[in-house]
Amino acid sequence: MKTAFVGAISCALLSTVALTVPAYATDAITACLVTKTDVNPFFVKMKEGATAKAKELGIRLMTFAGKQDGDADTQIAAIESCIGSGAKGILLTPNDSSALVPVITKAREAGLLTIMLDTPLDPANAADATFATDNFKAGELIGKWAAGKLGPEAKNARIALLNLNPQQITVDYMRNQGFLKGFGIDIKNPTRIGDEDDPRIVGNAVTNANEEGGRSGMESLLQIDPDINLVYTINEPTAAGAYEAIKAAGRQGKVTVVSVDGGCPGVANIKEGVIGATSMQFPLLMASMGVEAIKTFAETGKKPEVTPGLDFFNTGVELITDQPVDGLPSITSEEGLKKCWG
Amino acid sequence: MADKFDGLPGYSGEAALSDTDAPHARFDIDNVGPLGRVQRFLHAFPTMVPLIVLALSVVGFGLFAGSKFFSPYNMSLIVQQVSIIGVLAVAQSLIILTAGIDLSVAATMVLSSVIAGHLAVRLGINAPVSLLISFACGTAIGFLNGFLVTRIRLPPFIATLGTWNVFYALNLYVSGAQSIRGAEIDAAAPMLKFFGENFSLFGTQISYGSLLLVLVFGILWYALTKTAWGRHVYAVGDDREAAELAGIRTDRVLISVYAVAGLICAIAGWSAIGRVGAVSPTSFFEGNLQSITAVVIGGISLFGGRGSILGPLIGALIVGVFQSGLRIAGVDVLWQLFAIGWLIIIAVSVDQWIRRISA
Repeated sequence: MKTAFVGAISCALLSTVALTVPAYATDAITACLVTKTDVNPFFVKMKEGATAKAKELGIRLMTFAGKQDGDADTQIAAIESCIGSGAKGILLTPNDSSALVPVITKAREAGLLTIMLDTPLDPANAADATFATDNFKAGELIGKWAAGKLGPEAKNARIALLNLNPQQITVDYMRNQGFLKGFGIDIKNPTRIGDEDDPRIVGNAVTNANEEGGRSGMESLLQIDPDINLVYTINEPTAAGAYEAIKAAGRQGKVTVVSVDGGCPGVANIKEGVIGATSMQFPLLMASMGVEAIKTFAETGKKPEVTPGLDFFNTGVELITDQPVDGLPSITSEEGLKKCWG
Repeated sequence: MADKFDGLPGYSGEAALSDTDAPHARFDIDNVGPLGRVQRFLHAFPTMVPLIVLALSVVGFGLFAGSKFFSPYNMSLIVQQVSIIGVLAVAQSLIILTAGIDLSVAATMVLSSVIAGHLAVRLGINAPVSLLISFACGTAIGFLNGFLVTRIRLPPFIATLGTWNVFYALNLYVSGAQSIRGAEIDAAAPMLKFFGENFSLFGTQISYGSLLLVLVFGILWYALTKTAWGRHVYAVGDDREAAELAGIRTDRVLISVYAVAGLICAIAGWSAIGRVGAVSPTSFFEGNLQSITAVVIGGISLFGGRGSILGPLIGALIVGVFQSGLRIAGVDVLWQLFAIGWLIIIAVSVDQWIRRISA
């Protein structure tokens, strides 16, 4: 029994590593980063980008994260501790675009610069600035690509939509609605998933943005219509799961899968033909720009500006595919692998 | 003869009457009425409730959602979809039979699969060895839970709440929250995806993971009903003190139960790699609660010591049938949660009602 206990401990140690606490000058500027979760590699990369930039600029960075997608409570508590710590600014990827507005207002009243990364608040101007992917554009790009890829067959498409979760948060509906609009479907209310009545849509399923959800969701939609030939997915792990279901149903090669993110495993899956096209976003850029903005604000009081025509600063999105479509700029998976994150 | 229990509620004074033929000294089973007979029947066969619910829900969704639901292929698909949570539910049942609860089952499973994946794919260690190490880790985590419960005397809820967080964090640390892709596994260690393979039979599609589910239930059913260890598990769960007095080394039994549960979780981790087609550190986040749901709907009492191990298999299938049926009928996902919530409440209410027979 002792040996098994020692085994348990060594298992724990095997996977742990000594954490080094960097030393900072006591008068260093403090900034906080509050991400959605530590589960999504997107936010893990964002944290790495912010940490590297903060180190370079000599800023003390405190990091927090929600427990799972949609967990606003933990984020509110994190922002409250951040205000209490005397930080100059907060970088936040809100888990709930509305629920975090009051605490962000409180932070602004306390004189902190508040910057949203990746997901805007609702309304977006409740924060000082938003550095984000234009998620609607990201969806639109893959939608247009899919329309070009299917060509005249697009009018007979059978479409499956694999979304995030039942809450219908901004990034979820923006990508979904962007995709449908890009493909040429009447989206009705652009902030509502599932109110469309286009007969080409077979159905929506929620996946929690992971492989398991992608597979189960796709299996059910294939039960409704085995002839599905176009699948939109909220992110690349979901796409990989959906592909497993497609394979099990013997529909390999007959279904086009599109996604959003640009993580390295996702780009590699483009190369192997699992995913047809993906919209790459740039989390490291968001994070490092955010840290710089807080430094500028602390030193000069100057706040960041928005991209003309949008209510946020667009950090860009790039279409990755190995089957380019006329009139739609894209880069290959080979080039994508050099730019991908994670 | 005075009786010191006279006047206490629920005491019939049998001791004083033991030398008479008074009719109220008998345990009367004749005049219980039809409802009482049902109650007695269910008390004797606790898996009948979930079995009836399963049959009714299959028929119900067959009528409601049509032939797309009620096809051999979809039936076998539902088994595939519950094959991971079902195996976790076996581990969970063992713990719940001892009147405990294990919140760490899914974290143990995911960490085990991540360890196996990293050893085999990232470090290039031979696949069987990697899997054995991951099984050892799962067993060790279970052992740690058992140690905390018996030696440190933590309530199981608290002990496993702690280890859930600890091992979930380690999972994210080891994996960097990044999946290992199917293609990489195929190239380096295809054995990890063994349980994702499938074959067709009479219009169904049976995955090896589904067979594993049945096999694990079969083995545990045998161990719990035909071996001394199994009887000890029930005895400890029913009344730990009485079991102790009867000479059962209850701490040993408990530790073995947690360790076996950890091993089962690690095996589920192997099966999960096949099911999702990748080593996914983010999947099955709510696997612990889903496994508890299956166990509870399957009619195993949360108070320990009562229920058949086959119940959770049926419980998992009921949840799978509801999800599949509601999805195919195009019902919004929030009503799926709503329906499963009511299933849990009704299942536990029925359990409480059945328990009243022994009061």
